[in-house]
Amino acid sequence: MRVALFITCFNDTLFPATGQAVVRVLERLGHEVVFPPDQTCCGQMHFNTGYQRECVPLVRSFVDTFADADVVVAPSASCVGMVRDFHGRVAEVSGDRGLAAAVAETAPRVHEFTEFLVDIAGVTDVGAYFPHRVTYHPTCHGLRLLKLGDRPQALLRAVEGIDLVDLPDATECCGFGGTFAVKNSDVSVAMGTDKVARVLATGAEVLTAADNSCLMHVGGLLSRSKSSVRVMHLAEILAGERG
Amino acid sequence: MTAREEILGRIRSALSTVDKTETVVSRDYEQTIEGDLVELFAERVADYRATVVRTAADRLPEAIAEQLAHFGISSVVTPADLPAQWVPHADTDAPPLRVPALDATDGVVTACAVGIAETGTIVLDAGAGQGRRALTLVPDFHLCVVRADQIVGTVPEAIARLDGTRPLTWISGPSATSDIELNRVEGVHGPRILVVVIAGAPEEVPQATRMSSISTP
Amino acid sequence: MTGTWLGMPPFPEAARKALGDTQLRTNLRKATGTIRGKRAAVVAERADWEALRVAGKEIKDRTLHNLDTYLEQLERNVTAAGGVVHWARDAAEANRIVIDLVRAADADEVVKVKSMATQEIELNEALAEAGIAAYETDLAELIVQLGHDRPSHILVPAIHRNRAEIRDIFLREMPGVTEALTDDPAELAAAARAHLRRKFLTAKVAVSGANFAVADSGTLVVVESEGNGRMCLTLPEVLISVVGIEKLVPTWQDLEVMLQLLPRSSTGERMNPYTSTWTGVTPGDGPREFHLILLDNGRTDALADDIGRQALRCIRCSACLNVCPVYERTGGHAYGSVYPGPIGAILTPQLRGVTADEVSPTLPFASTLCGACYEVCPVLIDIPQALVHLRAKAVDAKRGKPSAERAAMRVAQWFFGSSRRLRVAQRLVATGGRVLSRRGRIGRLPGPLKGWSGARDTATPPRRTFRTWWESR
Ligand code: SF4
Repeated sequence: MRVALFITCFNDTLFPATGQAVVRVLERLGHEVVFPPDQTCCGQMHFNTGYQRECVPLVRSFVDTFADADVVVAPSASCVGMVRDFHGRVAEVSGDRGLAAAVAETAPRVHEFTEFLVDIAGVTDVGAYFPHRVTYHPTCHGLRLLKLGDRPQALLRAVEGIDLVDLPDATECCGFGGTFAVKNSDVSVAMGTDKVARVLATGAEVLTAADNSCLMHVGGLLSRSKSSVRVMHLAEILAGERG
Repeated sequence: MTAREEILGRIRSALSTVDKTETVVSRDYEQTIEGDLVELFAERVADYRATVVRTAADRLPEAIAEQLAHFGISSVVTPADLPAQWVPHADTDAPPLRVPALDATDGVVTACAVGIAETGTIVLDAGAGQGRRALTLVPDFHLCVVRADQIVGTVPEAIARLDGTRPLTWISGPSATSDIELNRVEGVHGPRILVVVIAGAPEEVPQATRMSSISTP
Repeated sequence: MTGTWLGMPPFPEAARKALGDTQLRTNLRKATGTIRGKRAAVVAERADWEALRVAGKEIKDRTLHNLDTYLEQLERNVTAAGGVVHWARDAAEANRIVIDLVRAADADEVVKVKSMATQEIELNEALAEAGIAAYETDLAELIVQLGHDRPSHILVPAIHRNRAEIRDIFLREMPGVTEALTDDPAELAAAARAHLRRKFLTAKVAVSGANFAVADSGTLVVVESEGNGRMCLTLPEVLISVVGIEKLVPTWQDLEVMLQLLPRSSTGERMNPYTSTWTGVTPGDGPREFHLILLDNGRTDALADDIGRQALRCIRCSACLNVCPVYERTGGHAYGSVYPGPIGAILTPQLRGVTADEVSPTLPFASTLCGACYEVCPVLIDIPQALVHLRAKAVDAKRGKPSAERAAMRVAQWFFGSSRRLRVAQRLVATGGRVLSRRGRIGRLPGPLKGWSGARDTATPPRRTFRTWWESR
């Protein structure tokens, strides 16, 4: 299958290893990956912070960039949620009928990485090897917007050598919340600190998730508390190979 | 402009772009349940820590007397139209007792309008054998007789049987509060003891309660 | 602490203070944890729960979309049944009507059933000014009133107090209570019963709200637990109910949905102990006079907003508060309103206006948009959607005034405008990151980055972005 990668601006800039892992997994499964070079940002930060008007050109550029792609895959549940659930709203705010039509065309073709693997590629065993104790945090947008359900865990369980342990109170938000992490940093840190305590209780070496943004927040707290627990996007675990 | 006109005017202008065709309400929720409703009712009322007693209709006076004796209730008031043989020595609420007199009475015995099995609720509608609302409120003990044929399965069935223009009191267990650390504690301002006597139920209690789509935990 | 909400600071500031109160956090975690479990259990019992939620949503939408018609129908039916209907544009008008009615009844005190509407209009304060004493009779409201405190939860206004604190308040404020009182909840409840008993039996006037008002029958509904509601609705001669105009349901049959959704969502019970319904006055049974005050107080403004309107579906169950991770940590006072938690964050700025005071514009931002509230709301209010919508309103209201945040957002928008510009930004981030980095981590930073970096490290941005890697393959 020919798959267009939407890397997301955040992963592009700060977590290129995640994108590389996505490419490795997809190619290992025999898919052709293309990277439309004009892509920038889905507009989530602007939209969620109240700058809906500023979001309009970003949505326009997104639909132009991916107009020709049959299948778009992104390693971020929250960006996919933004595209699928809210690009339509941005188009509505803009009052541009053409944009609304383009969004209606493009948005449904955009899939989160684990969603693509399980639902479209039809695999749960991607041939990965990762001999570590891992716990998985279902991020809120993956859980409640995209309703990823058990897909990520199904993929992780099929990884050879993995010791996947349950995270207590897993469905509780980690406290990141985009600009919430800065605007309400005290509450954000309080929530994140509780998440850290639960992660530590599992004895896991690695905390994984389908969103690097949440991992950056929890990982930042772990690092500040001098914990040795690493955070790692799920794609990087699925890309793991023997030797 | 009066407040009334102004508010209605503001509503109309707020809704000027809204489609005024009536939104259809889909009612795809359960209307009925199957199984032994009397048994389920008894179980659910008991869940609220009310006392539940089942008796054959012809033994009702004895069953009531036993409960009054058990809880040490000596002064009893009843609605004027409650069958006299149910509680032979009761005072009746005719002419209506004043509040202090009600407050000095140990308990009240009434009938009810409807029982709801799924929620363990009894509903009083001030109809036959139930009296006015204050009667079942001020005394600290309430014994309510429910005929087995008054028990319906669900809230929708109860709503269909009840007349909304009568003053209704829905009772699910004794007075309670969850206001301290969200734990339920029985016994605040309403009657602290609730006894529900189910009359005319079959003598034999079936082993299990069968329910169709609403499952018990 | 005063009884009113005037001058509340922005949410982040109030939240910071609340977070420092460890007792508060322990109390909240315990209470919300308990209620979450109970709700989940009784909801799981119902295979048709989603169908009930859909019906609940549709009933309220039907109400809101034809609100004028249903209000007029309600008015006709209440009047025909012997009640008197009053209309109040705002809090001051509603308070004035209540005061006049109490004076007309020749009373100088009232007993009150817990009601959000009367808290919202700060009726108790208005009555006090008019020389009328108001006695709260709901246990949690009593705790708040005796503690000279403010409510912090819709259902359990004293949720921030644990049993030991409640005992202390009773000991201090309740006449006749002695050291022998323990902190056993049953004993505390018994003390409240003894304290209020005489008030109930002698009060001439009661003030209530209503959970529902049925247009086609003229019936008012109060859902409660303790029996204080029954006392107030039944024993006094005069009953005054202050009811928001959005509390209507069109038909008697609609109650079959609401009376299933509300108790399971709020106290986690199949049914609450007592529900009272009354229509006008009934000779020989209950009050001789019934007054219904229909309250606007900002509701029509919310009604005019296509997305914000859904907040008026709310049946005040408080399920959204109980699952909210922000509420659980800050408690209700930080929201600066009688409506705290997720519903407060979308209702308060609409009722007061998004720029009305310091706290209102910050409320839509008091959420991570995690969506836990939407998942439990019995009338399917998409709270995250409304939050984001109101954020935009808050931002738009300040357009034209200088703002560092907007400047930053504009800059970001410009960089995201093309991939060429994005590359420039990426180089800046990589270079800047390496300058700030120590041993592969960026630690505490000053200025606008303090909020992020105060407690969190950041990994040094990599030298190569994904796209440069991709091009070099
Ligand atoms: S918004 Fe929904 S969940 Fe929250 S109090 Fe209102 S009805 Fe309940």
